[in-house]
Amino acid sequence: MTPLSSRTSTDPGATSVLPELPEPSTAETSTPRRRGWRRVRRRPASVVGGVIVAIFVITALGAPWIARTDPIATNWSQIRKAPTWTHPFGTDDLGRDNFARVVWGSRISMQAGVLSIVLAIAVGVPLGLVAGYYHGALDQIIMRLTDAWLAFPFLILAIGLVTIMGPSLGNATVAIGLGATPTYIRLTRGLVLATAAEDYVHGARALGAGDVRLMGRHILPNIVSSLLVQATVSIPIAIIAEAVLSFLGLGVQPPTPSWGTMLNAAQQFLDSAPWMAWWPGLAIFALTLSFNLAGDGLRDLLDPKDY
Amino acid sequence: MLEFVIRRLAISIVTLIVISVIVFIGVRMIPGDPARVMAGTDADAAGIEEIRAKYGLNDPIAVQYVRWAALAARGDLGRSIRTREPVITTVAKKLPITVELACLSVLLALTIAIPMGVLAAVRRNTAWDVAASSASLCGVSVPNFWLGIMLILFFSVRLGWLPASGFVPFWESPLGNVERMLMPAFVLGTALAAVLMRQTRNSMIGVLGADYIRTAYSKGLAGSVVIFRHAIRNSLIPVVTILGLQAGALMSGAVVTEQIFVVPGFGRLIVEAVFTRDYPLVQGVVLITASSYVLINLLVDVSYSLLDPRIRIGGAP
Repeated sequence: MTPLSSRTSTDPGATSVLPELPEPSTAETSTPRRRGWRRVRRRPASVVGGVIVAIFVITALGAPWIARTDPIATNWSQIRKAPTWTHPFGTDDLGRDNFARVVWGSRISMQAGVLSIVLAIAVGVPLGLVAGYYHGALDQIIMRLTDAWLAFPFLILAIGLVTIMGPSLGNATVAIGLGATPTYIRLTRGLVLATAAEDYVHGARALGAGDVRLMGRHILPNIVSSLLVQATVSIPIAIIAEAVLSFLGLGVQPPTPSWGTMLNAAQQFLDSAPWMAWWPGLAIFALTLSFNLAGDGLRDLLDPKDY
Repeated sequence: MLEFVIRRLAISIVTLIVISVIVFIGVRMIPGDPARVMAGTDADAAGIEEIRAKYGLNDPIAVQYVRWAALAARGDLGRSIRTREPVITTVAKKLPITVELACLSVLLALTIAIPMGVLAAVRRNTAWDVAASSASLCGVSVPNFWLGIMLILFFSVRLGWLPASGFVPFWESPLGNVERMLMPAFVLGTALAAVLMRQTRNSMIGVLGADYIRTAYSKGLAGSVVIFRHAIRNSLIPVVTILGLQAGALMSGAVVTEQIFVVPGFGRLIVEAVFTRDYPLVQGVVLITASSYVLINLLVDVSYSLLDPRIRIGGAP
């Protein structure tokens, strides 16, 4: 199902009302921004989600200062030790500090999650714009390609691409990004179809605006918020996908700390060192859950429907 | 109706052709001589020559594609580099295991999702609704491979109730089979249950606001009759579509789940194939997966149009 069709609005124009632009000056005390904040305040869970995402971002950026121990330094006298004050998350099968590895792992997850979606947007949005703007043969070609692309299950496609390109973080990121691209082509195309029919686009065209200007200055800014909301849905999926690929050995290669590779190692020591499995998994869960919560809030904030 | 089916069929055929081109080009993108890639690194000159002759690797690329596609359409996807077994035979051996796993997980997901979704919709904005929505959000967010590891940790390592891994064919030991499939099916079904629950809730809320529900109430029908006979039936139609679209996610999920629980199915096959650089096998598996996704959704769309006359009259795909 495309995200567009999930909007069950009774207002036919709802998908194309401008979210960011201030409404005419009839707005008394309730500016769109204030109404937005009021909606966000009604969703404390989203605020908490946003805060946790922010904490993860800070952790990823500040990894060298937060984790005082070296995440790849092995210590043969500290193999698979239960959590203590010096190693709050315990140590792994090579005597490495799990806390440091989880902290550094956030960097990999964030990087892969965000960059892959940036790639998906960079490829998908222009294609969707063109497909939706110029109907006809070009649209048909792009959409048939998209259909075929969508038929490859996300992970199978990523595995196929990694097979061709070889396993590494960069290749996994590209594979995940390409896997997410068709979603953006479809979404953008749908939004463009709705937006291009708006009066202000016709108006701008009547004033002599060219195709590029219409797409770049009039259509794109009005679909950005929907794309942003979709990004908050895609990023947690991409984060899990990176962890899965690394877990399967097709992403980040050891000894680089990544949550997926940590879980892979943990699997062999479930009876003797279960803490090896707790923390990296909890980190993925917490991050994806927070992203989803924050995304729900963002959807409310940017959703043009005012209720 | 017929027109709808034909159009839908035509789109599917075009999609299948594009898929096969993508897969064909994908293998050509692997660095090195395609004949050597397809024959494996330790194949002798005769083996490479055989591949070269079979696929006509000296012909123009378009001719090569047509020859390859014609073979593939007849089920000849080449031989596995490692086992020398035809790819199609290997897949036929592994597929039933994954199909069993998938069916069980769909069954589990439906059993959890539909009652929860209906309850959340009927008791909208109550604690029930909040609980169901929170559970659904957690289900979408939890990484399934970690969930699998945690279940093993709890039910196998800690409590010793269920075997942690392995597979026993159903006809050898039905109990052993179900025992080993329970955790994988639950792990695979979690995300699906979460998605289905959300969809059931949304479509149920939509249906409950419809005129015919008001009519049903106003003619004096009991609440339970209205819900069970009128509302649930109609709200399940979109759920069927979602189920079709989720088939891909299910296949992706099976790869991970089978890896964790050491289930020797289709998903494990592809990971093994990748690690052994068994390109014909990877190619075959990817092609079969994508094609079956297209076919499943074709079936879903066609059956959907049978269920709901508005679709075929409106003509929207």
